[in-house]
Amino acid sequence: MKFAVVVFPGSNCDRDMYHAVKDVLGEEAELVWYENSNLSNYDGILLPGGFSYGDYLRSGAVAATSNVMEQVKEHASLGKPVLGVCNGFQVLTESGLLPGALMRNKNLSFMCHQEELVVKNNETIFTSSYSTGEIIRFPIAHGEGNYYCDEETLAELKNNNQIVFTYKNNPNGSVSDIAGIVNKQGNVLGMMPHPERAMEKLLGSDDGLKLFQSLINKVKAVV
Amino acid sequence: MKKVHVYVTLKRGVLDPQGKAIQKSLNSLGYEEVVEARVGKYLELQVEEGPNLMGRVKEMCDKLLANPVIEDYSFEVEEAIHS
Repeated sequence: MKFAVVVFPGSNCDRDMYHAVKDVLGEEAELVWYENSNLSNYDGILLPGGFSYGDYLRSGAVAATSNVMEQVKEHASLGKPVLGVCNGFQVLTESGLLPGALMRNKNLSFMCHQEELVVKNNETIFTSSYSTGEIIRFPIAHGEGNYYCDEETLAELKNNNQIVFTYKNNPNGSVSDIAGIVNKQGNVLGMMPHPERAMEKLLGSDDGLKLFQSLINKVKAVV
Repeated sequence: MKKVHVYVTLKRGVLDPQGKAIQKSLNSLGYEEVVEARVGKYLELQVEEGPNLMGRVKEMCDKLLANPVIEDYSFEVEEAIHS
């Protein structure tokens, strides 16, 4: 499987993402600078964490207007997988690929620690190797991870089973403890916690392995 | 040239933890009459004159300057003063 890790000015988890799929899982991956990029030859697109454009205006807002996001939308409309983590999740909501918005953490602090998550839906291409209800540990590292959407959208997310991960102990004020959601079609996942930093036991957790393995197995089964 | 003043505010009902912290700070400075503070953004645009200025500024707000999921906006247009 061939991944593109899209790099914006200010991305800082791009190398972690690359390391996760290339070095840990042995798949093909390339770091793709957001300008003059061509995403048509990749099986999966990874939008990494960081502070694209210094979080100017709103986190992810400026990156969401870049040309490369038109290609990400095109890729997503073909049913191909897109994963946005942290700032990548913010870019996905700002670009309209996922509903809702990420706001300042309720306690106003930047938080950087491990969190326990609950797998709410294991019927996605990203989570089929987990079991529903499984508790996993991923690091979080964000100041603006407080997921917000209106009640109507929340009801829709619940009805369509789009809530994929929730926090066991909500650290940031997200509605319904939401840590990660997919789009209606199920091929675009956005999440604040970092699965790409949970790939090796030595570094605290390898619970992220199953996420990438689920995706890789799914894509390889289709090809 | 026109000068456009854009005001972006959080929607009513959207929690504003920054505003809450500011309100508490004001209260602790002795301004106990402050019962709510809400934080927003103010942007100033210099815009060349052209057709459909209002419509285009509205588009700018919808597409980039405000996030309609969490924010409301308003704007005013004035003649720019030559510097």
